Amino acid sequence: MEEILIELHLCKKIHTSEGDETLDVKIEIPRLGFITLFGQSGVGKTTLLRMIAGLTQPDSGFIKVGTEVWFDSIHKVNIKPQYRNIGFVFQDYSLFPNMTVKEHLLYASQDKETSYISELLDVFHLKGLCNRKPGRLSGGQQQRLAVARALARKPQILLLDEPLSALDSETRQSLQHEIIQAHTNFQATTLLVSHDINEVYRLSDFVYVIENGKIQEQGKPGEVFNGTKIKPDIHLIGYIVGIENNILTVSVKNTIKKIIITCDELANLQINDKILIKESA
Amino acid sequence: MNEAFLQTFWISIKLASLTTIILFCVGIPIAYFLTYSSFRLKVVLQAFVSMPLVLPPSVLGFYLLLAFSPNFWFGNFFNHYLNIRLAFSFTGILIGSVIFNLPFMVNSIQTGFSNLPVSLKDASFTLGKSRMTTIRRVLLPNIKPALLTGVCLTFAHTIGEFGVILMIGGNIPGKTRVASLAVYDEVQALNFNLANKYALFLCGFSFLILLVIYGVNREFLKWKRF
Repeated sequence: MEEILIELHLCKKIHTSEGDETLDVKIEIPRLGFITLFGQSGVGKTTLLRMIAGLTQPDSGFIKVGTEVWFDSIHKVNIKPQYRNIGFVFQDYSLFPNMTVKEHLLYASQDKETSYISELLDVFHLKGLCNRKPGRLSGGQQQRLAVARALARKPQILLLDEPLSALDSETRQSLQHEIIQAHTNFQATTLLVSHDINEVYRLSDFVYVIENGKIQEQGKPGEVFNGTKIKPDIHLIGYIVGIENNILTVSVKNTIKKIIITCDELANLQINDKILIKESA
Repeated sequence: MNEAFLQTFWISIKLASLTTIILFCVGIPIAYFLTYSSFRLKVVLQAFVSMPLVLPPSVLGFYLLLAFSPNFWFGNFFNHYLNIRLAFSFTGILIGSVIFNLPFMVNSIQTGFSNLPVSLKDASFTLGKSRMTTIRRVLLPNIKPALLTGVCLTFAHTIGEFGVILMIGGNIPGKTRVASLAVYDEVQALNFNLANKYALFLCGFSFLILLVIYGVNREFLKWKRF
């Protein structure tokens, strides 16, 4: 039986596009697990992460991490974010414009241990960029720095808020690899917020699907996403304009999309075929 | 005459420098509170801070003069416990000028804070950094142009202050007589030459300060990206 690290039950009124809704979520996270919160935008995934980090106050409920209580509405416990040993990667990265890459890690690190900092720089391929400020980094580099900074504190828990949503698919792929590596190397229990099925599949070992403020489903990604349960939001019709290895290039209404497909799917397709793409937002 | 001229300017500059230093220290926490607090009544504080912008200086000066009087608890406190007379003294005009310039400093810094993404502060908190450390290491370094604007505006505005200082300072040469008052005084005495000298100096000085603000801010914007 896995040891449970985080146990929480939180309620919070949130404003969604369909009016006010109560987020009521109960989650258990095993130590060293990689858990994803999956759901459409605006269902309160980010709010949930912020509540765990202590940046947003829940209306009621509790958060227990190991033997510590971080939040308890009944006993009026609410530990400040500074005292919760977490690493938070924000969706907009929130890098400090005044600090260089190295200064970011030094600022975040508590013991200023140089060997650990240089290990982080190594894993995230930031060595050559030590003296650059965020304004001179590419999107992928900024993202790497954001994750490295979050890990510099040696957190018990790593919270990732849609960290890869703003990146192109290639950068995304290599970063997914780095995140997995960081998860194993640095031994942080990780909670990821995402609405990208590929990402959830590739990264996490357990997924919670949030809908209408509640956990609608939970399980291993393979069990939860067996095709029928996820409703696609958008159906696009396009024409195949290129096939290369297992990447399809499809033209949809004057825009070009690249789609990764499996080899068996590839066998039935050729250039100029008309295909239907389902995309979930 | 030359000595009096320099002395008047010295008082102006001393007043402006001290006002700026005090307001810089006071303005940062107030601006932080006004930007980030979710306290419901903070609009009241915001309104108070901005009052001097709309109030005629004579009104502010009048009430300060009343407050400074030894018959009032505020003036009495200073008089009795600290042995300082506020009315018609340099300390008096300093307090007046701090209050009068509050919006120039606070509003500038507040604009700087609100232009930063809130997640910058949050990110620093999640890294285990206290509020003080966050302000010092993350927030202030990223609003340098706003700080500079606040400092320069406060300084320049104090140099140009007239009504409040006249009301509570009483235009005493060598004590509370500042350059802006001297212009008025010399005109009254039909010393147009001397008045012109003061006025020219003030013009040059103000222009220089604005030049510094715009010049340095342009530099900041240029390197912000690197």
